[in-house]
Amino acid sequence: MPGQLNLQFPSPDNLRIVLAGSWLLSDSPPAPDDITVQLQSRSDIHKISFDGSAVTHWDSGLLIFLARVYQQADEHNTDIDPAGLPDGARRMMKLATAVPPKEDTGKHSKHPPLLERIGLTALSMWRAAPEMLHFLGEVTLSFGRLFRGKAQFRRSDLMLVIEDVGPHALPIVTLISFLVGLIVAYMGAVQLQQFGAQIYIANLVSLGMTREMGALMTGIIMAGRTGAAYAAQLGSMQVNEEIDAFRVMGFNPIDFLVLPRMLALIMMMPLLVLYAGIVGITAGMFVAITAFDITTFEYYQQTVRSMAWSHICVGVIKGTVYGVLIAFAGCLRGMQCGRSAQSVGEATTSAVVTGILFIVIAASLLTILFQQLGI
Amino acid sequence: METTAALHKTDPDAHITVEDLTMAYGDFIIQRDLNFIIRRGDIFIIMGGSGCGKSTLLRHMIGLKSPASGRVLFNDSSYWDSSAAEQQRIKRDFGISFQGGALWSSLTLAENIALPLGEYTDLTPADIAEVVTLKLSLVGLAGFEEFYPSEISGGMQKRAALARAIALDPQILFFDEPSAGLDPISSRRLDDLILELRDSLGTTIVIVTHELASIFAIGNNAVFLDAQTRTMLATGNPKTLRDESPDPGIRQFLNRGET
Repeated sequence: MPGQLNLQFPSPDNLRIVLAGSWLLSDSPPAPDDITVQLQSRSDIHKISFDGSAVTHWDSGLLIFLARVYQQADEHNTDIDPAGLPDGARRMMKLATAVPPKEDTGKHSKHPPLLERIGLTALSMWRAAPEMLHFLGEVTLSFGRLFRGKAQFRRSDLMLVIEDVGPHALPIVTLISFLVGLIVAYMGAVQLQQFGAQIYIANLVSLGMTREMGALMTGIIMAGRTGAAYAAQLGSMQVNEEIDAFRVMGFNPIDFLVLPRMLALIMMMPLLVLYAGIVGITAGMFVAITAFDITTFEYYQQTVRSMAWSHICVGVIKGTVYGVLIAFAGCLRGMQCGRSAQSVGEATTSAVVTGILFIVIAASLLTILFQQLGI
Repeated sequence: METTAALHKTDPDAHITVEDLTMAYGDFIIQRDLNFIIRRGDIFIIMGGSGCGKSTLLRHMIGLKSPASGRVLFNDSSYWDSSAAEQQRIKRDFGISFQGGALWSSLTLAENIALPLGEYTDLTPADIAEVVTLKLSLVGLAGFEEFYPSEISGGMQKRAALARAIALDPQILFFDEPSAGLDPISSRRLDDLILELRDSLGTTIVIVTHELASIFAIGNNAVFLDAQTRTMLATGNPKTLRDESPDPGIRQFLNRGET
């Protein structure tokens, strides 16, 4: 039998609620609407009592009903006499009302108005700028300590990070730069063929890969691969209070964690960029030989003629700058991470977005700079 | 050893029966030949030294890890021999409070408790909100609905995790180290709350702990796992084990090393 409820008045000021049947959450037990009506219409009720002897089964369904009755009674300044309730329910209600609800938690306005949100966002962006500068300062100081031989970090950590950033990145760098070399060669060759100038594929690919594409593609791969990894590693360490542990035990977490990561990427990026260039040129040669009737020797000669040390330097300098920016973005977001799994995800996303943004800005500026310098 | 299958038939109150259970990670055996019965309304303690496999035993009982051999029976159905749908139905009766709370960090406390309610009941959102408030007030956290787990203290997280565990009025509540990291008073309050839940709702409670104060205050049945022999040494009331066990290792453990 589903839950039933009857109201009785043993005396004019006493409302007795008679409960019967099974009061289970799954049977959607009755709502206390009648009780609300009674309490509103009759101001002489001073006491609510219960008779629960006919209740067969109950769970949270009964407790929710009682919680509503208790709340109504509270609003109308009516006393509650829980003696007639089933024993367990009486004790659960005692437990539920033992600690008064916490008020003024400042959590109720979940969605502030639009203008307020715009303002809050603007303020938080304004606050982010000094934070970034602060981190930049700390990293600079840390590099200062490195050059004076005073930075504390474990050489084996540096080696591990280098292994992860360099050799372990080779497969993906190989794949991407080979495909990019292929695309550049093919796109260029189709146009050049119209003038019978297929041999200039070699110039196009070698210049394009060494000056721009090698560094840019490697940078984007490393932002997704290594920048994200840095942010996730440092972020999880932040969640586990490992970074606080470093601080308290007198280790500078910037020296210990950020410095080896930045060094590793700064050392590995130039090598990866050179490698990407070689792979890209090889891919170009593959296209030229197989699709456009150019011999290996001709392609080689043309490549050597078109190359200059300055082109290689430009590519390597760009790659190194990207490396610094990726490592900086990754470590910054990792160190700024909050204390939950959610914020590790946000830090990782933000590290990749920031890293790629930095790369694109730097690429534009450096291209203009080298153009002006005539290199 | 006498098999519990026979015991089980003679004990109509048996709620959970562990039968010849052997737990292993690959070839590495953690515990073997575990046999014990948890009766309806028991507060059952899984105890033993660090690294003896207490939490692993709990993971076998809540269906996270399958046994190398043996069975875990709930009422009369063997969990690991059941179909996926049957396993899901058995698990509906569980409430679990993990060691670190394991509240979902991207959800508020209210959303943490509302998620199982929304998934497994037909309640309207308004009713769910009332259940959430009720459960939070049972653990003394009324008013904290809109807080994220990272914004409250460790002890409050434990209580919120308990509120989530009791969201669906479970018949069996599992606790992994409920009082780890709590101060003595919070720990005592949690013990009282566990007792109250058992007394009021008749819930069967399984607790992994090595907190002696809790073991004696609330436990009325227990199993003692040993890391050296990799099997259970005894099962029964912890107070009786402390005073009357023939095994010096158990007496030593339950008397804090003073035999």
